[in-house]
Amino acid sequence: MILRDHAIRYGFIVLLVGLIAYFAIAADGFVSPQSAVFIFQSVAITGVLALGVTATLVVGGFDLSIGSVATSAMMAASYAMVVLEQNAIVAVIACLVIGVVVGLINGWLIVYMRVPDLLATLGMMFLLLGLQRIPTEGRSIATGMTMPDGSVANGRFSEAFLALGRHRIDFFIPNLIPVSVVVLVVLAVLIWFFLEYTRFGRMMYAVGSNERAAELAGAPVKAYKIWAYVISGVFASIGGILLAARLGRGDIASGNNLLLDAVAAALIGYAVLGAAKPNAFGTAVGAVFVGVLLQGLTMMNAPYYTQDFVKGAVLVVALVFTFALSGRGKR
Amino acid sequence: MGADAVFRVEGLRKSFGQNEVLGGISLDLFAGEVTVLMGANGAGKSTLVKIISGVYERGGGTMRLARQVFDPGTPAEAIRAGVVTVHQNINDGVVADLDVATNLTLDRLSGKGASLLFKPAAIRAEARAVADRMGLAIDLRARVADLSLADRQMVAIARAMAHEPKVLILDEPTSSLSSAEADRLFSLIDRLRGHGVAILYISHRMSDIRRLADRIVSMRDGVISGTFDQKPLDYEGAVNAMLGRKILLDRVVARSSARAVFTTEGLRLSHGAKPISMTLGAGEVVAITGLVGVGKTALAETLFGVRRPLAGSMHMDGKPYAPRSAREAIAAGVFLVAKDRAMSGIVGGFNIERNISLPFLKRMSSLGVMKRRAERAAARRQIDELGIVCRSEKDELAALSGGNQQKVMVARWMSQISRLFILDEPFQGVDISARRDIAAKLRASADGRATLIFVTEIDEALETADRILVMSEQTVVGEHRNADIDLDRMLAEVAGGPLHSAA
Repeated sequence: MILRDHAIRYGFIVLLVGLIAYFAIAADGFVSPQSAVFIFQSVAITGVLALGVTATLVVGGFDLSIGSVATSAMMAASYAMVVLEQNAIVAVIACLVIGVVVGLINGWLIVYMRVPDLLATLGMMFLLLGLQRIPTEGRSIATGMTMPDGSVANGRFSEAFLALGRHRIDFFIPNLIPVSVVVLVVLAVLIWFFLEYTRFGRMMYAVGSNERAAELAGAPVKAYKIWAYVISGVFASIGGILLAARLGRGDIASGNNLLLDAVAAALIGYAVLGAAKPNAFGTAVGAVFVGVLLQGLTMMNAPYYTQDFVKGAVLVVALVFTFALSGRGKR
Repeated sequence: MGADAVFRVEGLRKSFGQNEVLGGISLDLFAGEVTVLMGANGAGKSTLVKIISGVYERGGGTMRLARQVFDPGTPAEAIRAGVVTVHQNINDGVVADLDVATNLTLDRLSGKGASLLFKPAAIRAEARAVADRMGLAIDLRARVADLSLADRQMVAIARAMAHEPKVLILDEPTSSLSSAEADRLFSLIDRLRGHGVAILYISHRMSDIRRLADRIVSMRDGVISGTFDQKPLDYEGAVNAMLGRKILLDRVVARSSARAVFTTEGLRLSHGAKPISMTLGAGEVVAITGLVGVGKTALAETLFGVRRPLAGSMHMDGKPYAPRSAREAIAAGVFLVAKDRAMSGIVGGFNIERNISLPFLKRMSSLGVMKRRAERAAARRQIDELGIVCRSEKDELAALSGGNQQKVMVARWMSQISRLFILDEPFQGVDISARRDIAAKLRASADGRATLIFVTEIDEALETADRILVMSEQTVVGEHRNADIDLDRMLAEVAGGPLHSAA
């Protein structure tokens, strides 16, 4: 039993360490600061979204709209700067407002309109996917593009905004750490502290585990649920800001995989340290795990089209860890 | 009597592990008679029903249907043999998304001889025949989900009757019906009785029982504790047999309180119910007893702000008290240990420590950040105080026995000081030693607050309370100081009958 407990608790971490060790031997240049940074950079946006969706998982919900919130935020930022010729601060604020509003609407639909969480956020996902195309009649946004009315958009992405996606901070080695990775780490620490160490996070877990008990213990259950969706929306919009800053344009075709990758990271997180529940640390580890695996395989010349297969396999293994081995999933 | 019983159960036994639930039940059902089965929670009624309806395997004894051995392996076999059960949860008996006609004929859609194709016209004709036989006036094309609870219940019973059973078992069929709806059900039952069906009717509601019963069988602790078939039926005797009346060993020394903490004035719980006015004093433990469904939980929830009274007011320490949520009640110092800890108390993902601190996170944090040391200290103190058996305050609740889980629930609300401490069925699913521990702790800590306990079992009230109030039909009908109690009068009040009919 003790062996089993340890296997459940540390199995996934051991797997991660083993994986790194394997790639270190098998793939040249895997163990280097640049490679590590690249891994983090590749999962930064997904990771931010995954941390947000973790909040909704904690209250027993789900948010399928995060991917489309991110791409909507990206389009909004581009539109604000390129078409409306606004500065970086306006663009960022516009994105965050979108995140908050979408989160509030999701929460309202789920809590007051009693729409099941999956359906409400699925509806929101479609709504946003359509909405983000309307202002430009389905075109991507870039400097010099022709608007529907025939005029030419002459605004540009501001340098300050682009820096969010491209600037690198000196850390022992010059120009090492991208801003997006810093954002990921800061948000991860924030949400981890919030969920584990504050009374609000504690109550969110209680709401997710037994809503009625939480209510009878005096918790404003509805407010906590709505807040969870607002957190999710805001995190997704931050992901969208990073995406826009990295691409430097409002690319209508980007961000397809964001939702599924983020959800996978959060679900893999259930298995980390035998938590068997949504948790911020697990989500972060889950995101990094996927990043390590993909980076290692790429360096070993695995073709790009195997990536989704690998992610899927990792997710299935993690879910088995969570539900079958620990036996706590049933509750 | 006896020889002509349609359905006969003899010496039925059943154990789950070490725990014997049925200890030799013998029961006869007669054609064209309604036999009412009464029993408190945990008496073994539902186990008995589940064995008869083929859900559980019996542990011993025999069952005979019309002198033939009856030994169903599955619910379907029981139904085919002619023993049909309508379970308590109405929605188990109907498929909400289908229309009434399909529901009425559902059992013919599968099994031997069922047609491969779904023929709506044939189904509707068959359903019409079933409905007519039952006198059911419901649109057959209506979706069951759109029907009222009572109509759904009618459909479930009609569906059961489509099998033309010899024995019909109804498990608390009126528990979610209004009185007008229940009347419709009763006339349906009268009709079935006229058809010669033997009916086993399980209920606590005295009004139902008075209306329907030809015989009453009382169950207690897995055995039949009384059979009543002489007219006029001895209702108090039946309640008495169901609740048991033991010589009590550990009677309390009743205290009386000089200072009122909490009062209600003209509190009305439901339409047509008489108002409740009561005063709870500092330092006293008051128990409210009454059968299931008489409004005990409704009253507890009203005091705790989860439910709004129709009329009346409440005062706490002389100031008006009208909580709109549990949150406001807690802030005012009113705490509730809710009924059914698994549903409304325990947070499964949390350990003992976190379950205890749950309502008081604000008091145990600064600037929103939890003070874990204070939290742990509170948990350890409560574990000591109540004698919770566990390895440490980090244990998961699932690892504890029922009695210890309940102690954690009580400990949660005793970890801070309350003005009015309410416990709804705190001894349900709790072993005798944990029950004594909890009761002793409640009495020992009662100073300064008012304590109110809701219990169905009179014994539990006698063991814990200084004063006992009796509830019936959503209101308080009697008050007794727990010293030289007139048990006959109390039982008559519980049974809800006028006093002069007491045996």
